[in-house]
Amino acid sequence: MKTLLILGAGTGGTMVANKMASILNPSDWKIIIIDKDETHFYQPGLLFIPFGIYSPQDIVKPKNTLLPSSVDVIFSDIELIEPDKNKVSLTSGKTINYDYLVVATGCGIHPEDTPGLSDNWHKNIFDFYTIEGATKLHNFLETWQGGRFVLNVAEMPIKCPVAPLEFIMLADWYFSKRGIREKVELVYATPLTGAFTKPICSIMLADVLKTKNITIVPEFNIMEVDNAKQVIRSYDEIEVPYDVLVSIPLNKGADVIKKSGMGDSLNFIPINKHTLQTDKWSNIFVIGDAGNAPTSKAGSVVHFMLDILVENMLSHMKGQELQASFDGHANCYIETGYNKAVLIDFNYDVEPLPGSFPLPVVGPFTLLGETTVNHWGKLAFKWIYWNILLKGKEIPTVHTKMSMSGKKQISA
Amino acid sequence: MTNPILENIQFDTEGFMTDKSQWTKDIAVAIAEQEGIETLTETHWNVIDYCRLTGEQTGKSPTLRTITDSAGVTTKELFALFPKGPAKKVAKISGLGKPEGCV
Repeated sequence: MKTLLILGAGTGGTMVANKMASILNPSDWKIIIIDKDETHFYQPGLLFIPFGIYSPQDIVKPKNTLLPSSVDVIFSDIELIEPDKNKVSLTSGKTINYDYLVVATGCGIHPEDTPGLSDNWHKNIFDFYTIEGATKLHNFLETWQGGRFVLNVAEMPIKCPVAPLEFIMLADWYFSKRGIREKVELVYATPLTGAFTKPICSIMLADVLKTKNITIVPEFNIMEVDNAKQVIRSYDEIEVPYDVLVSIPLNKGADVIKKSGMGDSLNFIPINKHTLQTDKWSNIFVIGDAGNAPTSKAGSVVHFMLDILVENMLSHMKGQELQASFDGHANCYIETGYNKAVLIDFNYDVEPLPGSFPLPVVGPFTLLGETTVNHWGKLAFKWIYWNILLKGKEIPTVHTKMSMSGKKQISA
Repeated sequence: MTNPILENIQFDTEGFMTDKSQWTKDIAVAIAEQEGIETLTETHWNVIDYCRLTGEQTGKSPTLRTITDSAGVTTKELFALFPKGPAKKVAKISGLGKPEGCV
């Protein structure tokens, strides 16, 4: 009997467990999945909580119900991974030996890394990357009477790089709806040179922000929060004053990755960006945010990684060469407020381009354009997430490899 | 005005050299000038040397964090040496590609 061990039952781990359970012969293989929490969060939904569009109960399900009954589910913290010994120990003292390991431990926010950021945490400084932060921000915003509302990204890479943009555009819509938009100054301070990481998309989104009267402070690399003066200060001594600060703090991989000596300086595991195998251990694969592949840390990316990871792991089990190659495919709906959204589709080599998706001309979704149909796509994604994505199934007409079909070739 | 030494050098749309073999120290000085850095001091060169070495070993530009972890400068010093986006700026001057952290 061999063991496939999966660390983390979030988006990636759940998909791998479901897919592998349908492939591996249960008389030869035992599949075990470990996670510290019993609740699965639909993370794209966190964005909507501060603005009252979703409430916390709209985005949670028990992890047990999302995993096949043939998989052993253990809820525990992980003490240590010993990749040279093919062994994982849990905080309970239990030890699990594995033949293959899939790491899906994700990434999380670290406000303590930026001096001053934790001091007034969830008082006038908030996050929306945790259920607690998003809920407390919602409660705060319901009675807030206006002022300088500053959104700051501490450092790249972050989970879902489009989320800050969506957040600030939804804030514009939310404050208008509340009738206090003219009393609110919206500022987005980012370490990037513009609205987004990729040139054509960045220009398009900068225009959208401008029409919404949202100020971008680009190349702002936060050094500290000065709570007394209520400013965030950059390494080159630029100060941005705030009344409310919403922060996307430094994102890092799990502490256990660091403790186990498997990560880089941000606890992300170095992997081959095409095969998804770790650089050091041939029987360890990484899916999603836990790895250092230079693509977006996002659920759609995890979905596109799944087939590649599974195919390569199966090849390795048979002693064959790894032939499946991940292209960095990402597909993201960007909510822009007022029931509209922009859709982007890109990979390692091709930046987001205008056009239609998934089919040429008929779409129904518009790439790099703001439409209501895109917004409905974003909302429908929640159903797709629970019912198709997590089960490791394919979405009809949306393929693992990015397609140029429907895209218009232009340059910035 | 472009420094004549850069006339035959190919850059991508974001200003990173596309043919790394063309890189010389004089080119680094000229790119640094374009980026608003008048003089490259010994400390600048220490960082550039570290980045070139990392580029040769890994094929990638180091991120800001890798530089401050390994090149003996603090983040604050790095921003003083290469203002605004130090990781990008030093990658340009070192003739390397865009750092992959920016995704």
